[in-house]
Amino acid sequence: MVTLKINEHEIKVAKGTTILDAAKTLSINIPTLCNHQDLCVAGNCRVCVVEQKGARTLVAACAMPVAEGMEILTNSLKVRNARKHIVELLLSEHRADCTKCYKNQKCELQTLANEYSFGEHIFLDLVEDHSYIIDRSSPSFLKDDSKCIRCQRCVRTCAQLQHVSAIAVANKGSHMKISSFHDRPMSHVVCTNCGQCVNRCPTGALTEKTYIDQVWDAIYDPDKHVVVQTAPAVRVALGEDLGFDPGERVTGKMVTALRQLGFDSVLDTDFTADLTIIEEGTELLTRLKKILVEGDNSLALPMFTSCSPGWIKFIEHKYPNMLPNLSTCKSPQQMFGALAKTFYAEKRKIDPSKIVSVSIMPCTAKKYEADRPEMRSSGYKDIDFVLTTRELAVMIKQAGINFMALEDDHYDSIMGTSTGAGVIFGATGGVMEAALRTAYEIVTGRPVPFKNLNIMPVRGMEGVKEATIKIEGTTEEWRFLEGAELKVAIAHGLVNANKIAKAVSTGKASYHFIEIMACPGGCLGGGGQPIPTNAAIRQKRMEAIYSEDMHMDLRKSHENPEIRAIYEEFLEKPNGHKSHKLLHTHYIKRESY
Amino acid sequence: MKNKGLTKVDLIFDSIDIMKVMKKAFEMTSDEIIEQILASGLKGRGGAGFPTGLKWKYTAAEKDPEKYIVCNADEGEPGTFKDREILDRVASKVYAGMAIAGKAMGASKGFIYLRGEYRFLLPQLFIELHKFHKLINEIGYDFSIEYRMGSGAYICGEESALFESIEGFRGEPRNKPPYPTVSGLFSKPTSINNVETLVTAVMIIEKGPQEYVKLGTKDSRGSKVFSISGDTPIPGIFELELGMTVQEFVNEFGDGDTKAVQVGGASGFCVPRKKFGETIIGFEGVPTGGSMKLFNSSRSMYNVLHNYLDFFAEESCGQCTPCRVGCQQLLKGIEKVKKGDSKSTYLNELVKLADTMKVASKCGLGQSVGNAFKSIVENFREEIIY
Repeated sequence: MVTLKINEHEIKVAKGTTILDAAKTLSINIPTLCNHQDLCVAGNCRVCVVEQKGARTLVAACAMPVAEGMEILTNSLKVRNARKHIVELLLSEHRADCTKCYKNQKCELQTLANEYSFGEHIFLDLVEDHSYIIDRSSPSFLKDDSKCIRCQRCVRTCAQLQHVSAIAVANKGSHMKISSFHDRPMSHVVCTNCGQCVNRCPTGALTEKTYIDQVWDAIYDPDKHVVVQTAPAVRVALGEDLGFDPGERVTGKMVTALRQLGFDSVLDTDFTADLTIIEEGTELLTRLKKILVEGDNSLALPMFTSCSPGWIKFIEHKYPNMLPNLSTCKSPQQMFGALAKTFYAEKRKIDPSKIVSVSIMPCTAKKYEADRPEMRSSGYKDIDFVLTTRELAVMIKQAGINFMALEDDHYDSIMGTSTGAGVIFGATGGVMEAALRTAYEIVTGRPVPFKNLNIMPVRGMEGVKEATIKIEGTTEEWRFLEGAELKVAIAHGLVNANKIAKAVSTGKASYHFIEIMACPGGCLGGGGQPIPTNAAIRQKRMEAIYSEDMHMDLRKSHENPEIRAIYEEFLEKPNGHKSHKLLHTHYIKRESY
Repeated sequence: MKNKGLTKVDLIFDSIDIMKVMKKAFEMTSDEIIEQILASGLKGRGGAGFPTGLKWKYTAAEKDPEKYIVCNADEGEPGTFKDREILDRVASKVYAGMAIAGKAMGASKGFIYLRGEYRFLLPQLFIELHKFHKLINEIGYDFSIEYRMGSGAYICGEESALFESIEGFRGEPRNKPPYPTVSGLFSKPTSINNVETLVTAVMIIEKGPQEYVKLGTKDSRGSKVFSISGDTPIPGIFELELGMTVQEFVNEFGDGDTKAVQVGGASGFCVPRKKFGETIIGFEGVPTGGSMKLFNSSRSMYNVLHNYLDFFAEESCGQCTPCRVGCQQLLKGIEKVKKGDSKSTYLNELVKLADTMKVASKCGLGQSVGNAFKSIVENFREEIIY
């Protein structure tokens, strides 16, 4: 333990603690900007400088470890003067059109400016010295360098969490900027559109591309029938943007709010999550059978999940040789989109050209996914608009809805019924668990041998998880699997996905089925989720997801009555002809630069 | 305080028997070498002036079996060109210095980070290095040196940015602590020394510290190689004993009309004529890595300052706010004042900003921009405004 004084208060903290963390234990707040709990220390914004008695310079509290006998002042005149200067300097290179900015009142620089900079600006405006052009090329997000304060959170996110490095620091001095490979537009570099950078950007330099106005237009268009689907992870995070603490389940309130916003039908992506399990589970079992029994070498194992569009783009760029290993299943969003303008339209007797299909996603890559040319199997654009959790919160605020006071309501029927297996898609390991709950039962006729169906080995926040499920007591059809050990792996965050993909591609791993989610924690930590997102908040959202699962009457996808119905009435059978047309897709090899 | 006057010295470029001095050093223990360097009072010759003996001692105290000695030959300070001359004329002494440092701290691997613009020296340096490796082989000592090239960024002369560059990353300074002696190149304990420091260390081992301390003053022992440029009839490289005043220096090198001397390059201090007599060149007065630029009365100090700020605004790595934005503000600020677009009192705000940069920047670059800025603005305020 190390003893030090902060603002005259003596404390003991563990060796290696930073001054910033030591101050927190005394409830002393030191402002930060480049610092983010998910990322390595940068120490470059200098907003957190504090005075260390006897030191020649101020020190960055986020980067400086405590030392015995250290005396720190966090609010001395010297510190305040420096901090004011630093905030003013950042403002001088930042286009502060706050009232027009999407991040207005949610901007960390603005918060600091409130505290340290009022009245006239000291310094000269530097924005005019640069010719900034907003990069609107990505379907998922905007990159506006005129608002960038060079904190490099996005750069660290892309490298450290995602192993992508679509963006990096270029040039030096006054020309230093966050750029892409050869300064190409973001649509033309290896970017997965995961939005993790967007989630961590402290200003409005990186924001999702919003479709709020287009959705309002559709809602108010009397000719349009607007259906909305909500992804599993939205219901455990939306509350954070609307007054609740992290971890609050707001499913019922969200449904009420969506109805009040004027959507014609409020439906659930969880329904197509259940459908994904049937399709993907069948696909896995078929692959196993064809490879193990029939010796068919044209199919590839292990099979990777395909729900995460960030992961799909990652593998298309980085491991195109493994595209045959991807499940051909579309993501639940896109299955929903294809069915909304076919099955749903038929059932509700609505002209599919009049249907506007909106999805609420914890994700920015979903915006890109909806734009993929493959995603038009209904004959129309399957999903018209994708909104993030944050955008939905904005719409609810725009409509003047007092969200916290809303009554709970239920989803509409036809594609609104779901099971706990669908809900847990939102957490890392959830697709695996849902798939195992169903596949094990198909093969053995018995539920998975875990207490309350909770397959604990596949849960949790470890970057890479592995589990082995022994299959015993198989039914006649699946006799070839008797005694087999199904080896599965789960990764979340592309840096971890890369570890598994590398191990598989070099033959160092022998799994059968692998779940990959592009974002840390799975969808609950998606790029479209409320800001901030960090480890503690992801943990809270995960607990909420599993609690939602436990509160469901049905917890296995194949028991969803609407799933049974859709196969009887429309799809005929899993992996059947219609399924292949509407629910499955193919992938493209992309360049790796 | 009585000063030493101006004395020319010939230590650095003096030819010596490399084999002999290395053998002498290798017969000593690590502690003995460090003791001798500590006793000599040698401070780093790159500009910052950290005691060399202490640096070696701290690196030696680390337990890691893998350590590095790095020679900083990224000579980028405007007006400094002495390391080029040293490498050109006595490269073998640089190599010997690295081997001796390696012996002192337990490092068997050395890297020389050579300024990109000095690439033309490489063929000759490789020939010398080949000879050196043969020599050290003969002695039977395990030590080798490799070259790494810079690519023209001033910031890569900052020690931790230099490590990043060698490791293949963008040259950006790291947070300290940990210091290089604990975690430097490839996160291993590393001593990084300037070219001239290493050669000086060789001469201290050769002559003994008792002989060396006869040169210089209490705070600035020994002699130093100066790169002299500007309005002088005799520009070039001169080795001088430390402890002279700027006046004595100007008497020797000035053109009779010297109005200011910039000591220590763009990151150093500007000494105006009225302070020549009272200012000692050394750690008790104005320290320098060797750059001495003389300006006569035909020069506009606004242009001088503008030139330095332009340089810094370009050469800041751009990672930390005070340096990246501060340099641009200082530059744009004096332009506005000169044009009359800002009031002359705006200079006071800029001086305060320079103070913030000094205490809040991440590395020595940003911390030293204020040196030139403040010393020029305070002494030549009217030239900046009118």
